[in-house]
Formats: sequence, C-alpha cells, structure tokens
Amino acid sequence: MLRRQRRSRWDVRLAPYLFVSPFFVVFAVVGLFPLLYTGWLSLHEWDRTQYSRGGFVGLENFRWVLDDPVFLKSLVNTLSIFVMSSVPQIVVAVGVAALLDSQLRGRTLWRISVLLPFVVAPTAAVLIFGSLFADRSGVINELLGAVGLEPIRWHVERWWSHAAIASMVNWRWTGYNALILLAAMQAVPRDVYESAALDGASRLRQLVHITLPMIRPTVIFVIVTSTIGGLQIFTEPRLFDDTPQREGGANHQYMTMTLYVYVKGIEDQFYGRASAAAWLLFLFIITLAVANYALTRWFTRRRSM
Amino acid sequence: MTRRPGPLVYGLLAAFVVGSALPLYWSFVIGSHTKERALETPPPILPGGHFLANASRVLDTIEFWQALLNSLVVSTLCATSVVVFSTLAGYSFAKLRFRGRDGLMAFVIMTMAVPTQLAIVPLFILMRDYRMLDTLFAVALPTLVTAFGVFFMRQYLLEAVPFELVEAARMDGCSMLRTFWTVAVPAARPAMAILFLFTFMQVWTDYMWPLVALQKTETLQIALDRLALTGQGQTTDYALVLAGTAMATVPLLLLFVLSGRQLVAGIMQGALKG
Repeated sequence: MLRRQRRSRWDVRLAPYLFVSPFFVVFAVVGLFPLLYTGWLSLHEWDRTQYSRGGFVGLENFRWVLDDPVFLKSLVNTLSIFVMSSVPQIVVAVGVAALLDSQLRGRTLWRISVLLPFVVAPTAAVLIFGSLFADRSGVINELLGAVGLEPIRWHVERWWSHAAIASMVNWRWTGYNALILLAAMQAVPRDVYESAALDGASRLRQLVHITLPMIRPTVIFVIVTSTIGGLQIFTEPRLFDDTPQREGGANHQYMTMTLYVYVKGIEDQFYGRASAAAWLLFLFIITLAVANYALTRWFTRRRSM
Repeated sequence: MTRRPGPLVYGLLAAFVVGSALPLYWSFVIGSHTKERALETPPPILPGGHFLANASRVLDTIEFWQALLNSLVVSTLCATSVVVFSTLAGYSFAKLRFRGRDGLMAFVIMTMAVPTQLAIVPLFILMRDYRMLDTLFAVALPTLVTAFGVFFMRQYLLEAVPFELVEAARMDGCSMLRTFWTVAVPAARPAMAILFLFTFMQVWTDYMWPLVALQKTETLQIALDRLALTGQGQTTDYALVLAGTAMATVPLLLLFVLSGRQLVAGIMQGALKG
C-alpha cells in the first residue's frame, strides 16, 4: 500500500512532464537547434570548396546579401506577389463568406464546394496555371486575343508574372479564408441585422457597417496569417519557371526571398549567406505582420466609428 | 443574414464554385488529349479519349506508384506522430497542474511564429552529416511534432474534458497514463481526427522540404516536379504534364469527397478558437 502510494506520488509529479516531453525533445532537434545554428552560420565564413566551417566574420554575410541586387529584387518581388495575392483574396473571401452566411439550401454542400481548391497541392496548381498562362497559345492569351487585346508574356514580364503567380495563391486560399470569416460572421447576433434592415440599411451597408466591425478580430487573424504564409511563397515561383536554372525566371523577375534562401543555401551551398538571408526574411515577415496588424486595427477602428 | 437568399446569391456562389473547379477540369481535359491536340488553338474544351495513353506515358516517365507509396508513408507517419504527441501534451497543458506550465505553453505558442525557411539550411547540414539525406525519415522528421497541434489539442481539451472526470479517475486509483487513456482520449477523438486530416494534407502537399531532403527518392510532389521538367522542351508536353497532375490530385480529391464535412468543421472550429 505504501509502495503504491509512493509510486503514485511520483506519477503525479512526473507524468505532466513526460507527456509534454516528446514535443520538446523533437522540437529541440528540428526547431531550436536549427534556429540557433542558422544564427551561428550567418556570422561565419563558409568555405564551400573546402567543405569547412570558417572563421567569425561578424555581419559580413548580411552586408553581402543586402548588397546583392538579386536579393533586393527578390524582396520587391515577394512584396509585390504578396500584395497581389492577399488583397483580392481577402476582399473576395469576405464577399463569399457574406453570401454563405444566409439560409442557403444545401448549406453544407456549398461550404464544402468552396474548399475544393484547398485540397489541390501547390505543385499541381502551378502546373495547371502554368499551362493556362502559357506565353504562346495559353488559354488566357487566347481569351485576351478574342476580345482584341495583345497577348501577354506571362513568364517574361516582371509584374505580369507576379499577377499569374498571385492568381494561383488566390485560387487555393480564398475559399479557406471565406470559411474562417464565415465562422465569425455566424457569431454575430441576428437581431442586429433585423433592426438595421428596419432602418433601411442595404445588405452591402450592413456588411460594411455591422458585420466587418463585429468580426474584426477574425479579419485581423486572417490578414496576419496570410501575411506570414504569403511572404514565404516558394513552390509557385520555383515551378512556374520554364528556364533550366529555375531561379525565378531568366532575370529573376519572380524570384522570391524563400527561393533565394534555397538557391543560395542548398544549390550553391553558401551556408553563411543563405542563413543571413533567412534571418532577414524572418525580420521582414515579423515587421510586415506587426505592421499589418496595426494597420488593420487602426483602419477597422476608424470604420466602426 | 436572416432573410432567405435570392437567385443573385445562388448565382454568385455558383459562379465562384465553377470558377474554382475550372482549373481542375482543365487538367483532366488536356490530360485526356494527344500531345498535338493539347497544343492546338482553339484548345479542346471537352475531355478526349487519350487519358489512359497519357497515364501510361506518365508511368513510363516517373515512378508514380512508388512516389505515391512514399507520400502515403510519410504523411501517415507524421499525422500519427503529431496526433499522439499533441494529444498527450495538449492534455497536460489543459488539465494537469505542474511547475512551469504557463511558461512552457507560451514558448510553444511563440515557436509557431518561426518560419520553416529559417531551418532548412541547418537541417540540411544535420541530415547530411548524419547520413540521413534521401531517406523518408528525413522527410518526416521536421513534422513529427507541430506547435500548432499542441495548441489546437489544448484549446479543444480545455472545454471537452471536465476536471471532475479527471479527479474521479484519479480517485479510482488510475495512474496518470490510464487517466489520459480512459478520460482524455475518448473526449479528444473528434479533434484528433481533424488534426490527423490537416497534418496529413500538409505533409502530402509539401514541396520545399522534400526537395531539400531527397535526392533519388521521390514523394508525389517531387515526382510531379520531375515530370514537369521532362515535359518541357521546344513545345511543352501539356498532355503528359496535366495527365500526371490529374493523377496526383486524385488521392486528395478522394479524401476531400470522404471528409469534406470534417475539413469544413475543422476550419470553422479552428477559427472560433484561434
């Protein structure tokens, strides 16, 4: 009996730690160690011909990356693709969510249907869209020709290539975000709309003046998560490319920051420079996520007054 | 909103759904025509009769079945591991009292903000130095646990398991592990299913990390990448590339048909609690 009690006391003390320990053990290997090691690598020379870790060079790798015109280009590209993908995506997602937030017949089926593109892998999406946006004889260019417009060289022109890449991201994520927004919209009490309707407010006015201010935290959540995701875009620019190097087009016209880290670190094996670039990307993501958070808060607050 | 929606609402929604489905439809249409017909203008708009011919060209070009099996193994391994460890940790954080609990939980939440890009170079070096490159284990390793999983299960179990039930099991002389097994696991089952689905899809569709970790071995996404490279030439072989794309999409489409309802519920629940 006594033995059993003693065992039980140790059980109560130790079990919680044992239960959480698998997470922390694996995380130490695949999360914490890489984080610290990237920090170390970014401050050291890496001799890729000798395969040896070199001496401490301070911020030299950061200086090199920031002086690299390709890095700066990839930074602008990342930002441009992000803006083209997040803004229309969130606007359309709010619209779709508002449409879904009604007494639809076959409600569940509609909700499932808008999620269809989400189960298509990004690799598959980019191969499909790559053919739709083909420079010669692609369907989109055929359609442009049919209405009398000049064909666009989607894989060559810098800003048009961003639009093509952004369209794949939008395609895959709009329905997903619409469902998140829908969940928040359903929590808005229905009688608020009834009194607004009595006052003669149209559906659009109700959406802008009642729904959006009330689901503000969710809108912020969607914007911040799409910022973090959108700035890490890799698969689309990598596979959209039809040049053999696959470094974001012949002139890096759609190379993104994550692609830059991959090319420098894994293909070219400049570990120090790639690590410095990865840290800069991290800083960039945090800055933009915080800025977006602040902006959205400020913007929606003014709206609701 | 309360009123019954009019035809305009149905029309707009239908337009959105059709627009969403068109790219997939396109891959099946082009994938079922000959290479030459796929390049003609105007392009075909109805499926043709060459899908099987294209599919056999795909099977000649890439190790499709092997890649499919590899993806299945890696995704199942990661999803199982994430569900088991997240449920254990989530239960501990939600229902047990121990020193340092809140600090550890805050740490878990903070790690969600760290992007994977930050880790690819050191993980690549680690895998190379320990001769793990080109193994399926290397592909699975970074996703054996996720901070999101722990957070998700904790949020769910906070409400799903009453403290009284945990106390009662303890009074009956259950060990901590037995309490977990008899009280927490049954209550956590719906959330476990959703977490399994999402982790499975996340690993299945991932492209960047397998690209770093693998050399000759291929997951489905890497095989698709190689198919696209083969299909490039003077004139891209869209019939081949899109037939392969369609074939690679079928497994997740099946999953979507079988568990679309759970996916929707998972996204909408996550939104409410996140």
